[in-house]
Amino acid sequence: MSFFRRAARTTLLAAALAPICAAAARAQEAADAAEAAPGIDQMVNDVFTSSTGWFVSLIFSNVPGTNFPWIVGWLVVAAVVFTVYFRGIQLWGFGHAIRLVKGDYSNPKDSGEVSHFQALATALSGTVGLGNIAGVAVAVGIGGPGATFWMILAGVLGMATKFTECTLGVKYRNEYPDGTVSGGPMYYMRKGFAERGISGGSIMAIVFCIFTLGGSIGGGNMFQANQAHAQLVNVTGGADSFLDGRGWITGLILAAVVFLVIVGGIKSIAQVTEKVVPFMGVLYVATALIIILINYQQIGWAIGQIFAGAFTGLGVAGGIVGALIQGFRRAAFSNEAGVGSAAIAHSAVRTKEPTTEGVVALLEPFIDTVVICTMTALVIVISGALQVDPETGLYVVQDGKIATEGGVTGVELTSAAFATGLTWFPYILAVAVVLFAFSTMISWSYYGLKAWTYLVGEGKVRELVYKVAFCVFTVIGAAAQLGAVIDFSDAMIFAMAVVNIIALYLLMPIVKAEVTSYFERLRSGEIKRFKGGVQPAE
Amino acid sequence: MPKTTILVGLDGTEQGDKVLEFAKTRLGQIDDCLLLICYVIEWSPFAFQTAEENEKRHARREEELRVAQERIIDPAVSQVAAEGYTVKGIVQHGHAAEVLEAIANEYGASQIVIGRHSARSVREHVFGSVSVRLAASSPVPVTIIP
Repeated sequence: MSFFRRAARTTLLAAALAPICAAAARAQEAADAAEAAPGIDQMVNDVFTSSTGWFVSLIFSNVPGTNFPWIVGWLVVAAVVFTVYFRGIQLWGFGHAIRLVKGDYSNPKDSGEVSHFQALATALSGTVGLGNIAGVAVAVGIGGPGATFWMILAGVLGMATKFTECTLGVKYRNEYPDGTVSGGPMYYMRKGFAERGISGGSIMAIVFCIFTLGGSIGGGNMFQANQAHAQLVNVTGGADSFLDGRGWITGLILAAVVFLVIVGGIKSIAQVTEKVVPFMGVLYVATALIIILINYQQIGWAIGQIFAGAFTGLGVAGGIVGALIQGFRRAAFSNEAGVGSAAIAHSAVRTKEPTTEGVVALLEPFIDTVVICTMTALVIVISGALQVDPETGLYVVQDGKIATEGGVTGVELTSAAFATGLTWFPYILAVAVVLFAFSTMISWSYYGLKAWTYLVGEGKVRELVYKVAFCVFTVIGAAAQLGAVIDFSDAMIFAMAVVNIIALYLLMPIVKAEVTSYFERLRSGEIKRFKGGVQPAE
Repeated sequence: MPKTTILVGLDGTEQGDKVLEFAKTRLGQIDDCLLLICYVIEWSPFAFQTAEENEKRHARREEELRVAQERIIDPAVSQVAAEGYTVKGIVQHGHAAEVLEAIANEYGASQIVIGRHSARSVREHVFGSVSVRLAASSPVPVTIIP
C-alpha cells in the first residue's frame, strides 16, 4: 500500500472515530463536572428506557387472559410445525450433517471455496457467546433448574427451524458478477414469494431489514458490550472497580477495536478472534465438564432438579410456565433459530444443493443450546449458587428471582458458579466474555450491514454511516443498565423472527421439494460421496 | 492416455527450477511420458473466517487460481513444452501432500517429484513438512530433490 493510501486510510479512520471520541470526551466532562448529578450511565439508561419501552411491551405482551408471551408461543409453534413437516429432520438428518461438515461430500475440485464447516463456524461465532453464559444464568435464576429442560427442548425443536431458513437462504441468495454473494431472509422473501405468486414479499423484506438493523444494534451489539463491561467490572473489584459506573470506557475501547475491524479493514484482529473464540468455546465446555465431574455425586440430583422443575416448577416464581417461558426465551435468544440471522451467514457457501447447507445449519442449535447452554445450566445448578431453604428444600425466591450469594445475576452468576469449582475461572471467563462479545459484534455488524445495504443500496459512504452508528451504539450499550438493554435487544431480535417465520411458513413447500429431491438423489447415488467410505443408506 | 505420468510439484520458489530440471532430464526422456506440473495453494476447509471473508471467498479463490496459473504454472508449462515434452499444468487448493497424493491417484502417476524444504513453521515441525508427509503416505515412489 502506498504512503498516500495509508495516509488516506488513517485520515478516514481518524475522521470517523472523531465523533465517538468527542462523545466520550463530553461524557467525561459531564461526569467530572457534576458528581451529584445522575451518572452518564443513568442518563443513557433513562433515555433508552423511555424511547424503546413501547416496542418492548408490544413484542412481549401476553396472550390475553394468560401470562404467556405470545412471541414465545410463536417461536415454539413454528419449531414444532417445521419438525413435523420435515418429519423430524433434526434426528434423521443429524448423521448426514456431520458427514457434510467433515467434507465427505465436498468435491476436491471445488477446494478453496467456503466449506460447510466454515459457514457453520462463522454462523456459530455469531450465536455462541453471551446468550450461552449470561442468558442461561438469567433463565435459571428466574425460572429455576426446570428452565434448562425447556431450553434443551427448544434447542432440539429449533434445529428444524434453522434447517428451513438456511436452505432458503442459499436457494434464493444473490450471486454477483464479481463472485461475491448476498443472501438472507430479505432475498427469499422477495424472490421466493414472487416464485410462488404471493404478493408482499418486497415489503416484508424491508420490514425484516429494519428489524435486523435494530437486532444488530441491540442484541448483536449493545447487549454484548453491556455484558462484557459487567464481567470486566466483576473481575476488577466489583463496586470498588475503577470501571464501575463507567461503562462508557469499556464501550469506547470495544467500539474502537470493532471500528478498526469493520471500517479499518484490520483483518488480523478479526482473524485472531476467529481463532481464539473456538478455543475459548472448547475451553469453556471442558471447564464446565471438569466442574461437573468434580461434583459427580451431584449430577443425579441436578438432573432430578431439572426434570422436577420442568414439570412442577419447584416453587419458583411463575412455576412451570415461568420455567418454560424462561427456557424457551433464552434458547431462542441464544441460538437464534427462526430469527433469520443464520440464513445470512450460511448463504456464503458455494454449493449447488441448498439442502446441504440447511442440514449443516441444524447443528447450530444443537451445539449452541443442547451442548453449551446445558453445560452452563448444569454448572449453575450443581454449584449451589442458587440458594435453597434448608427447611423446605425449595429455592429461596426474592423479587421474582432465586436468591444467590451476593445477589448476583446474569454473567456474574455464571462466573460465581464456575468459581466454586475453579477459583481462577472468573478471569478466564472475563476474557471469554469479551472475546465472545467481540466476535458476536463483528458477526452482527455484518448482518446489520447486509440489511442496511438492502435498504439503502451499496456504496462506501452508506456503509460507513452504518458502521460508525454501530460503534456509537457499542458505547451506549456498555453504559446503559442491563434491564433496558436486554429487553430492547430481545424485542428487536424477536421482531425479526415474527416476519421471518411468516415467510418460512409460506415458503416451506419449496424447502420440502428441495429436501425430497436431494435425499432421493443421495440414495440413488447420483450425489457422490468423495471420501469417508462407501455411499451410506441415508 | 500416456504410458507414464510423472507428477511434478512446484512450490513457487527457486527450488521449483531444480525440480523441473530433474523431471525433464531424468524422467521426461521416458517414452510416451506426460509431465504433470502441479501447484497447490495452501488452504484448509477447517480454517475460521469472518462472514465478510466468506462472502468474498469465491472471488478471492478465482483470483488466487489466476495468479498461480499465470505466475507459476504457465511459465513452467511453456518452458517445458518448448523443449518438446508432453506437459499439463494443474492448480488446486488444499494441503499440498494430500492434493499431490490425490492427483497422483487420479492420473495414475508412476512417480512424484518434489523439492525438499526444511521445516519452517511450528506447524511443520509438529506435523512434518510436505515432503516428509508425502514420502510417508504416497501410493507411488516419491523423489525429493535437495
